[in-house]
Amino acid sequence: MKKTILILVSIFLILSSFSIFAAAEAEGGVEKHAFIFKNTGNPYGDKQMQGFEDGIKEQGFEAITRAPDQPTAEAQIQIIEQLINQRVASISITGNDYDALEPALKKAMGEGIAILSADSAVNPASRITHINQADSEMIGRTLIQAAYDMAGGSGDIAILSATSQASNQNLWIEWMKKELAENASKYANLKLVRIAYGDDLRDKSVSETEALLQSFPNLKVIIAPTTVGIAAAGRVVTDRNLIGKLKVTGLGLPSEMAEYIENGACPYMFLWNPIDVGYLTAYAAVAASEGKLKGTAGEKFSASRLGEFTVVKASDGGTEVLLGAPFKFDKANIAEWKTVY
Amino acid sequence: MKMQLKGVSGSLRELGLLAFIILLGITVQIRNPVFLSLMNINAILTNTAILSILAVGMMLVLVTRGIDLSVGAIIAFTGMVTALTVAKYPGINPVAALLLGAGVGFVIGSLTGLLVAVFDILPIIATLGMMNVVRGFTYVVSGGKWVSSYQMSTSFKALATGKILGINNLIVIAIVVYIIAAYFINQTRMGRRIFAVGSNPEAAEISGLPRKRLVFTAYAIMGALAGLAGVLWVAKFASAQGNTAIGYELQVIAACILGGVSISGGIGKLSGLLLGTLLLGILNNALPLINISPFWQQGIQGITILAAVLTNVVVKRNNERAALRRRAI
Repeated sequence: MKKTILILVSIFLILSSFSIFAAAEAEGGVEKHAFIFKNTGNPYGDKQMQGFEDGIKEQGFEAITRAPDQPTAEAQIQIIEQLINQRVASISITGNDYDALEPALKKAMGEGIAILSADSAVNPASRITHINQADSEMIGRTLIQAAYDMAGGSGDIAILSATSQASNQNLWIEWMKKELAENASKYANLKLVRIAYGDDLRDKSVSETEALLQSFPNLKVIIAPTTVGIAAAGRVVTDRNLIGKLKVTGLGLPSEMAEYIENGACPYMFLWNPIDVGYLTAYAAVAASEGKLKGTAGEKFSASRLGEFTVVKASDGGTEVLLGAPFKFDKANIAEWKTVY
Repeated sequence: MKMQLKGVSGSLRELGLLAFIILLGITVQIRNPVFLSLMNINAILTNTAILSILAVGMMLVLVTRGIDLSVGAIIAFTGMVTALTVAKYPGINPVAALLLGAGVGFVIGSLTGLLVAVFDILPIIATLGMMNVVRGFTYVVSGGKWVSSYQMSTSFKALATGKILGINNLIVIAIVVYIIAAYFINQTRMGRRIFAVGSNPEAAEISGLPRKRLVFTAYAIMGALAGLAGVLWVAKFASAQGNTAIGYELQVIAACILGGVSISGGIGKLSGLLLGTLLLGILNNALPLINISPFWQQGIQGITILAAVLTNVVVKRNNERAALRRRAI
C-alpha cells in the first residue's frame, strides 16, 4: 500500500519536475528565487512564503515557493533537485534536518545557486548565511522583563514549557535564568518557583497549569514560550476567574491567544512576524545571488521596508542575520493579527 | 458455583484497586495538602470525565475481543468538524453541536464495525487503517489550519465550563453516560449478548446469537462516544487542531485494563472502569502536584499500569486454580 503510494508520488514528482523544467526553459528571462518550507498546510509557513514572495516581486524577480507534504529531509531533497534543474538563482530553505540536506545543497551550490536557510537552520557548510527569526537571548530576556512588569516587581513566577527535550525551549529558558541571575538586585523579589512541561499537549498543559496555581498560591505570572502551553494557561485562568490575579505571557500564535488577550488573561505576549522572516530572506537571497552578500560577519545589506541588517556570528560556527526583537501582541493590535496566523 | 467465584474474585480485584487508590491518595496528600481540596477534586473529576466516557465504549469493544485504535483520530475529526461548524454558524445550539459530533462519530464507528464484523478484518488492523484515514481527513477538512478560541461562541465553550446544580457539565454528562451504560449492559438483551459473544464466540453463535450484528454495534457505540468526546474536548480546550488527542486511545485502553477489563474478551465491569479511569486521572493530576521530574512521570504511569495488570493475572490464576481444585473433589 505504502509502496504503491510512494511509487505514484515519485512518478508524479518526476513528471511535475519535467513540466516545470519545460516551462522554465520556455519563459527564460526573469531570474527565479525559490523558498522551501518544512511542510504544507502550516499557517505559519504560508505567511513566511507570502513574505518571501512579496520581497522577491518588489525587486522585480520571480518567486517559487514550495513545501513537501511531509516534514522530512528526503522530501525537501527531491524539491532541491527539481529546483537545480529549473536553474533558480537562489534557494532559501527552512530545514527539516540540520545535516541531512548538506549533499543536495552542496550540489546546488556547485551549480552556482546561492543557498540560505531561514527560520530553522541547516549546517554552516551548506549555507551562505541563516535568517533567524529572533535572537534567543532577546526572547529569554524579554519574557522575564514582561513577567517582572506584569507581576509588579514581586511575586512567584513559573515557566510552562513544551517537552523537556525541546532544544529551542531550553535555550530560551537558559536565557531567562541568565536574565534573572545577572540582574539579581532588580529581580530580588521575583521568584522562579518551577519549570513545568506540558509536552505541547492540551490536556497535559492544563493539568500542569492547575498544579502550578494550586501549589503556589502567590503565583503572579506564568511564562509559556509555546503556543499550546500559553493557550492552555490562558484557558485555565479564564475558566477559574483568575483574570487579573494570575497573568499569562510567552510566545503564542495570535489566533490562539486572541480571546485571552482580549479578556485580559494575557496582557501581552510575543512572537516574531513570519511575513517579515520571509521578506528579509527575500532581500538576503537576492543580495547573495548577486554576490553582494558572502555570509561573513560584519557585512551589511538593506531589506527595503525593514531597514539595514548586519550579518553576525552564529552559535553553530556559521553566520546569521537576526530579524530583531520579538513582535509584541496586545489589546491594541490583536484584532488585526488574529485572522492572519 | 463458577459464577459466584467469578464475582468474588472480581470484587476482590476492585477492592485491591480501591486500596491502591487510597494509598496513593494518602501519599500524595502528605506531600501536597492541596490534593484533597474540593477545588482539586473537582479538577480531577472534570479532567477525567472525557476519558471515562471513552472507556465505556472501549470496554464494549474489548469485551467482543476487539480493540479500537482510531479513538484519538475520531476525537480530532469530530472535534474539528464541530469546531468548523460552530465557527461558521455561531448561533448553533450547543446540544445540536453535541449531537452532530456524536452522529459523525457513529458513522465512522459503523464503518469500522463493518470492516471488523462483516469483512472479518482483524480489529487491530481495521482500526489502525481507520485511524490513519480519519486523521488524514481531519487535515483535509481543516486545510491544516487550527480553529481557535475566538472563533467559537461562548455558549459552545460553556458546554465544558458550565455547571448543572453546581457540578461541571462534563461530570454530569459522564454520569449520564454511565447510567445509560449500566442499563444497557445489565438490563437489555443486546447488552448481555455482547458479553456472551465476547466470552465464547463459537458457543454464542451456535446458540443463535447474531455475532456480526453485536460486534458491529460495539464499534458503532464506541464511535458515537468518541464523537461526543471530540465535541467536549474541543469545547474544553477551546481549540481544534489536526493533531488533537494523538495517541489518546492508548490512555483509554490503559484505563480499561486498569479497571479489570480483559483484553481476551468477555470480562468487564463499569465499577472497575470507574476506578481505572479515576486512577489514571489521579496520576495525571498528582504527579505534577508532588513535583515529580518530567523524566519520571511517564515511567511511573507505565509501572502503575503494569502493576495493575500483574495483579489481574495473579488473581485470575489463583481463582482458576481454586476452581480446578474444587472440581477434583
